[in-house]
This record gives sequence, structure tokens and C-alpha cells, in this order.
Amino acid sequence: MFNFSIVTGWIHQLLTGFLPEWTAILIESVLVALAIITLYAVFAIVLIYMERKVCAFFQCRLGPNRVGKWGTLQVFCDVFKMLTKEIITMRNTDLLLHNLAPFLVVTASMLTFACLPWNAGAQIIDFNVGVFFLLAASSIGVVGILLAGWSSNNKYSLIGAMRSGAQIISYELSIGMTMLTMICLTGTMSISGICEDQAANGWNIVRGHVPAVIAFIIYLIAGNAECNRGPFDLPESESELTAGYHTEYSGMHFGFYYLAEYLNLFITAGIATTIFLGGWAPLHIVGLSALNGVMDMIPGFVWFVGKTFFVVFLLMWLRWTFPRLRIDQILSLEWKYLVPISMVNLVLMALCVAFGLHF
Amino acid sequence: MNFTLLITTVLTGLAFVGVVVMLAKLISPRTYNAQKEEPYECGVPTRGRSWMQFRIGYYLFAILFLMFDVETMFLFPWAVVMRSLGPAGLFSVLFFLFILVLGLAYAWRKGALKWQ
Repeated sequence: MFNFSIVTGWIHQLLTGFLPEWTAILIESVLVALAIITLYAVFAIVLIYMERKVCAFFQCRLGPNRVGKWGTLQVFCDVFKMLTKEIITMRNTDLLLHNLAPFLVVTASMLTFACLPWNAGAQIIDFNVGVFFLLAASSIGVVGILLAGWSSNNKYSLIGAMRSGAQIISYELSIGMTMLTMICLTGTMSISGICEDQAANGWNIVRGHVPAVIAFIIYLIAGNAECNRGPFDLPESESELTAGYHTEYSGMHFGFYYLAEYLNLFITAGIATTIFLGGWAPLHIVGLSALNGVMDMIPGFVWFVGKTFFVVFLLMWLRWTFPRLRIDQILSLEWKYLVPISMVNLVLMALCVAFGLHF
Repeated sequence: MNFTLLITTVLTGLAFVGVVVMLAKLISPRTYNAQKEEPYECGVPTRGRSWMQFRIGYYLFAILFLMFDVETMFLFPWAVVMRSLGPAGLFSVLFFLFILVLGLAYAWRKGALKWQ
């Protein structure tokens, strides 16, 4: 497998060859920042287009098809339109918090975005407590959402924000539990470590068999709730709350919520890929060395993005299939079903690992 | 290097939002209209304050969440080393989980999980 650290190492050597250490690190940081912004924007645009097309096909429509070939330029037009719209400052809002909220939401999603393993060695933030960091960083977004709802001085926004807060923190529990289940299996919290482990020993969902599959299903449900999507989109249920916590945001401020929402979808799918489906590890079947050899030729980046988009498609399928739940149904689904099931699942996985019952 | 990259990412996020909002403010039109600044609530003027008390149910779930989140935090280090700890570690954590399940059962029985 191609290891991306060759490239980063080469750039570092090239720069330190004729520059002092700190200048080289500064230039590298700027390069990393540009890479993050580019990837962030590109994936947001791809995902918004994909969502519209997928949703249209689920509803027997055509979706965007006027701007550009197959409507591919539609999203670019929307972004430019948003950019040229006025950012309205409302009367009686808490201006500081109102302006601060998009910063928190976007920074939180960018921090989690930077944790994704794109390829062997191509990972921006790689701590030895990676999964832990991921959970911590992703929960900063809730603060942004609550601030947005609270500072808007609008009852709909406040209700939307409270619902969203209650829902996100509740489902974070299940996400934490399922991750815990898989960490029992891999024995490491570092994200690159988890990927390397899976590249060597096979994907976690296969290794962990029954408990891993249960954890994967719980993760998909909780992940959909975490993005305020699908059957759990009640914080922004448009028929009752107009747009929920971002009702009072206009122009690009609203655009950031939109961006962060889609990126969070991608991040949720990316983490599912990393933890359950092997990250950048290619598909290997024991005994078929010819097939394994061919699979090794495909770069890890393609594997990661391909698997992530597969999970994104699953999440979109879930979203456009089920009707919206009520708040009491959402909370009882989490606290009375998912939490007990994931606890039992954790014990099951712990027993499997302790007695060596996994592959 | 990891912490440098962490700081880089945080700064990137902040700068991204800041620069784009600034750009939007530069190129977007600016008009004044008294109606435009009203909060959007069904098209009629807002009645009463919007910063008010709301349902206690949300707080209850937040408190419950805190309890279980702290528990998950304690379990993470165990999950990493559980292979080397062997059966002794496993059973002590099972005991820990049992107490937590008792806590959940208590909350359930008391009706804290019921939305009222």
C-alpha cells in the first residue's frame, strides 16, 4: 500500500533544506490549512448535489437539471447566491453570541474532519487518544447550536435549539458506547492505529461479527440523529418551526450551518468507515491472493472515499424513507432501547474478546 | 507536530468563517427596513419575551446524559487495555456496568425517562 507520509516527509525535507525549522513548519501549516479548506468545500458541494439527486430519485423526481450538465453547477450557483445576500442583524438579538455561533459549529466540524484517515499516513490530527478527541471535538458543535437558538430571540429558534441539544447529547451516548465496543476489539484509541490494525487483521465488522454488526446498526441510527437528519430532523422540522435554530440567520451565516450539516453527515459516515469498515484498508478475502493483490493496487484514498460515500448513501436512504418522529419517541428510542442494547452489546463484545471468540 | 496541527485546524476553522463572512459583508447589498429586523414568528409581532423558561424535561435528560457520559469516559481506558487485564479487569468492569444499569433502571422506574 502507498503510504502518504513519504510525500509529507519529502516536503518537510525539501523545506528544511533551505529554510529554518520554524519557517518550514509555518509553510506546512499553511499548506495543511489550504488542504482542509479545499477538501471541506469540495466535499460539501459534492454532498449537497448528491443529497438533492438522491432525494429526487427517492421521490420519483429529476432533481436539479438546469444549471450545467445534469445540474452539476446548481450548488456553485447557490453558494454564490448566498455569498451575495445581505447578512441581516436582527433587533434585540444577543449580537455577540449570534455571530459567535457559526464559528463554533464550523470549527467543531472542521476539527472532526481533520481526524479522518484519508490514506495511510494522510491524516491531519492523529493523537493516541484519537477516538476520544473525536468525541470531544464533535460535541463542541452542540454549544454552537444552543447559542444560535438562544441568541436569536425567537421562540421557534429556542425550541429548535433545545430539541437539538437534547437529541444530540442523548445520541452521543450511543455513539460513545458503540465506539467503546469497537475499541475493546482493536485495543487502541488512535485512529491510524485502528486503521492499521484493520489493514492487517481484516475489517472490524467482520472480525467482531455479531456484536460489531449490532454496533454498526446502532451507530448508523445514532449518527443520523447526531446530524439532525432523517427521521430525527425535528429540531428543524420545517412545517412547525420554519427552520429551527437557524431561522434568524441569513446569507452566508445560514450557509455555514448548511455547510456544517452536510459535512457532519460526511464525518459521521467517515467515522463509521474508519471504525467498522476498515478506513483506507482494501477489501481482502482470506485465501484469494490474486483478488487481494488487485485490491491492493487501488489507492487507500479511493477506498476510504468510496466506503464513506456508501455509508452516506445508507444514511440518505434512511432519511428519505422514514417519517419524522416526535420528541418523546426520539428520547425513548435512545434511552429505553439504544442505551440498554449498546450496554449489553458492550458486555457481549468484551466477553468475545476476553475468550477469543472473534476472527 | 500534532499539537501544531491541532492549532492550525482550529485557526483554519475560525479564519474560514471570519474571512467568508467579511467577504459576504463586503459584496452584499445593505438596505434598511424596520420590518426586516423583526424576528420571524408567523408574520405577526412577537408577543412577550423569547428568553424564557422552558420545559424541565430537557434538563432531566441533560443530567442523565452527564452521568452516563462520565461513565463512558471511565470505560475508555479500560477498553484499550482489556486484553492484558484479563478476567479480573473484565469482572470488575462488569460490576461497574451493573451499578450503572441499576442507575438507569432507577431513573426509568422513577419516570425520568418519560416525556411529560
